[in-house]
Amino acid sequence: MAAPKKGRSASAQSRPGRSLAFILIAIAALTGGMFLSGHPTPRLGIDLAGGTSITLTAKNEPGQPNAINKTNMNTAVDIMNRRVNGLGVSEAEVQTQGSDNIIVNIPKGTNSKEARAQVGTTAQLYFRPVLATEVSGSAASASPSPSASSSSSSKATDKATDKATSSSSASPTASATSQGRAVTDALKADSTPSASSSASSSASPSASSSASPSASSSASASAAATKLQAQYAALDCTDEAQRAKAGEGSKATDPTVACGKNSSGQWQKYVLGPAEVKGTDIKSAAAVFDTQSAAGWKVTMEFTSGGSKKFADITGKLAKNQSPQNQFAIVLDGDVVSDPFVQQALTGGSAEISGSFDQTEAQSLANMLKYGALPLTFKESSVTTVTAALGGEQLHAGLIAGAIGLGLVVIYLVVYYRGLSIIAIPSLLVSGALTYVIMALLGPTIGFALNLPAVCGAIVAIGITADSFIVFFERIRDEIREGRSLRPAVERAWPRARRTILVSDFVSFLAAAVLFIVTVGKVQGFAFTLGLTTVLDVVVVFFFTKPLMTLLARRKFYASGHKWSGLDPKALGAKPPLRRTRRPSAPVDPKEA
Amino acid sequence: MSKLGTLGARLHRGEIGYDFVGKRKIWYGISILITITAILGLTVRGLNMGIEFQGGAVFTTEKTSVSVSQAETYAQEASGHDAVVQKLGNGGLRIQIAGIDTDKSDKIKDELAKDLNVNSEKINADLVGPSWGEQIANKAWEGLAIFMVLVVIYLAIAFEWRMAVAALVALIHDITITVGIYALVGFEVTPGTVIGLLTILGYSLYDTVVVFDSLKEQTKDITKQTRYTYSEIADRSINGTLVRSINTTVVALLPVAGLLFIGGGVLGAGMLNDISLSLFVGLAAGAYSSIFIATPLVADLKEREPQMKALRKRVLAKRAQAAAKGEPLESEVTEVMLDDEPEDDGPMVVGPRNQPASRNRGRGRPSGKRR
Repeated sequence: MAAPKKGRSASAQSRPGRSLAFILIAIAALTGGMFLSGHPTPRLGIDLAGGTSITLTAKNEPGQPNAINKTNMNTAVDIMNRRVNGLGVSEAEVQTQGSDNIIVNIPKGTNSKEARAQVGTTAQLYFRPVLATEVSGSAASASPSPSASSSSSSKATDKATDKATSSSSASPTASATSQGRAVTDALKADSTPSASSSASSSASPSASSSASPSASSSASASAAATKLQAQYAALDCTDEAQRAKAGEGSKATDPTVACGKNSSGQWQKYVLGPAEVKGTDIKSAAAVFDTQSAAGWKVTMEFTSGGSKKFADITGKLAKNQSPQNQFAIVLDGDVVSDPFVQQALTGGSAEISGSFDQTEAQSLANMLKYGALPLTFKESSVTTVTAALGGEQLHAGLIAGAIGLGLVVIYLVVYYRGLSIIAIPSLLVSGALTYVIMALLGPTIGFALNLPAVCGAIVAIGITADSFIVFFERIRDEIREGRSLRPAVERAWPRARRTILVSDFVSFLAAAVLFIVTVGKVQGFAFTLGLTTVLDVVVVFFFTKPLMTLLARRKFYASGHKWSGLDPKALGAKPPLRRTRRPSAPVDPKEA
Repeated sequence: MSKLGTLGARLHRGEIGYDFVGKRKIWYGISILITITAILGLTVRGLNMGIEFQGGAVFTTEKTSVSVSQAETYAQEASGHDAVVQKLGNGGLRIQIAGIDTDKSDKIKDELAKDLNVNSEKINADLVGPSWGEQIANKAWEGLAIFMVLVVIYLAIAFEWRMAVAALVALIHDITITVGIYALVGFEVTPGTVIGLLTILGYSLYDTVVVFDSLKEQTKDITKQTRYTYSEIADRSINGTLVRSINTTVVALLPVAGLLFIGGGVLGAGMLNDISLSLFVGLAAGAYSSIFIATPLVADLKEREPQMKALRKRVLAKRAQAAAKGEPLESEVTEVMLDDEPEDDGPMVVGPRNQPASRNRGRGRPSGKRR
């Protein structure tokens, strides 16, 4: 016991400054990171920012007793996520809750009625022929995918490097002026030097000069077609609001515009023909690994009897066309999720989509094909409209309450611990600052949102933080009561206090961790805050409270046991200094007596 | 007052020596009484389950001049169900109607808007299915069970099984008290309450663990001495950590009280209030149980060990011997507390404060305000 303690105390005494510097630098760095990340405040949860929270509970369908499982729930979340974020709200959260609930949180500023209507309804999956396509907004690197996107994007990039203003040869629309605008947009957005180099390496110099939607829809020189062209020309898929609106209001039987990401992650815009095959025509879909041609992952589909006929028709038609019109787009809720080429008419009721998929991509595509309709039926078990005013009021009151509580704690600490409160109060402040900064940083990184229970958790944590140094201070006072002078008292008290702090914090953390893993929603947010503050408590006590105590123990004010230091031996009822003869291992303090 | 002041000063000096373990029967009795009351309250009155547990709708309006009782009538007319109406701090109303589903809520909202003469856009409607609260509660119980198992294992490893058992009993005790108070007073049980209750668990154990830690340390070499029995050392541990317990509880309760009285006072009702209420009750119960239940229970269990029985015998024999010789008795627990250092160590250094603290204490300080 003695030897390690001596070593420890020696090292701890020699480096209190370092620890303090470390934690201050850490705070400064984290704060800097917080401002750099552009999120100087914690992300507020739905209850504080306001909005709509919809709880959907999966219903068991007759005949499918095991339909509610994790895979299906996750697929449903995936599809719903597409839907709510398709509304143009990037902050919308969709998460499973428990085994059969899905929570959809839509922050304020969204049409909650529309959201409710969309979120629970069956997904709309269509196969539409591609009439024209083009990389939207930015012409970044050309895609290695077999899709036509590579060709048109490489062209756009070529133009960008040539500084050509516009070229009607690649125009997907009949209107040269609107095309010029689109390309100018592309030029403006293009600032990556890699774009041109990758464009030259593009494997498919395209022949899409004929890729004008007017070619296919020219028969109907109606206003609708003109409108479609105008829509297409104006569409910038990199803009989220536009993307959400892209296919809005179009019927399955009408041509439409849509956005989708190609395999290199660029936004691609499309003009699509009327839906030929519907999601309900697909019997099943699966992701399989192609062992024969070693082409990697692919997705196989089985069609229903009606679906396979329709599919054979459309593929027969498409196979005759040239790129990109030999493609069809798989459109889920208005977004193009895949745009495979058609080489030949596919009869026989099955088809496969190959491309440069990785396993996850293939599986997610297969899931979407399979569950174009949601895999489960849901009913709304709770729809909560939280106005910002109410949330704001609660936050406000919570903060006021926290501030007043903190004020009372400070007063109590000053009255009771006097000089020691110079250590106690900054410890609380450091802990508070760390909590705040980390919460703010966790918003963008892991999607942590500060909801009301989390605020409560943070306020409760004041007690936990305070407890650590109370344990430490009381230990020091115990040592002083036994007649030690301050510096040895601090070093002797620390290992014992440290153990107590670690043991009890562990219990606290265990509670938080179990709650976090087991529970859901609001309770989870609360548990997370509690766990976070418990960890920070340990950090603060080790790197701030203890080193500061060590430093201050060197000051005469404290070491001499000044009346206001909180360490006055007389006030503490200390015994006269004495040597402990019963514990031979106890270090003999040179300063003592 | 001066008595209280003396108590404060003695606490400050760490001189309090209350015989917690010796008087444990009283505390056990009180706790059993509380538990019985809680169970009675629970069975007779039941818990006032919030709307989250039975389903329904909560409407929140903006500032309105309609009185609570009037609003109640309106709400009951509009819905055909019983309604609970609360006035909020901002002058608005919070109307809870159980047994409402999605279809009805919009209609009721419109009717309420007409009756209360406010814009229906400004009425906030929360629809809650019964499954919602149930799910939170079920998950909470699940979490609680897992947590208890883990913590008992942890305590059994870090300390010993007796302490684990005692901590568990104290924990259950805390929950019982809190639930009992909820049943008796009729506070509403909401998911916020459940959250608060779950927090108590961690906190209550936290408190218990600190006392146990000190107990473990002090009883390390207990069989090598013949001065104190296990119970007496347990008492010393409690008394030794009493100041910490009090300070910690005060410091923890202050912000919660802030939440409860200020948060609740401003807003009338809501999650802040629900959480802080159960926290407040639970924190107080947790502090009580770790001092009065957990540690005496450990001592009780320990005293059943053959080793400890033997120790007790030796200690008593030694004391009897000493008494026979006419030496001052030390068995008095207060005295035990005072003598932190065994006397044979003796004061080595003679200084201005060479008087043993115990003698000072005998005189007592008339006004022991902090010095």
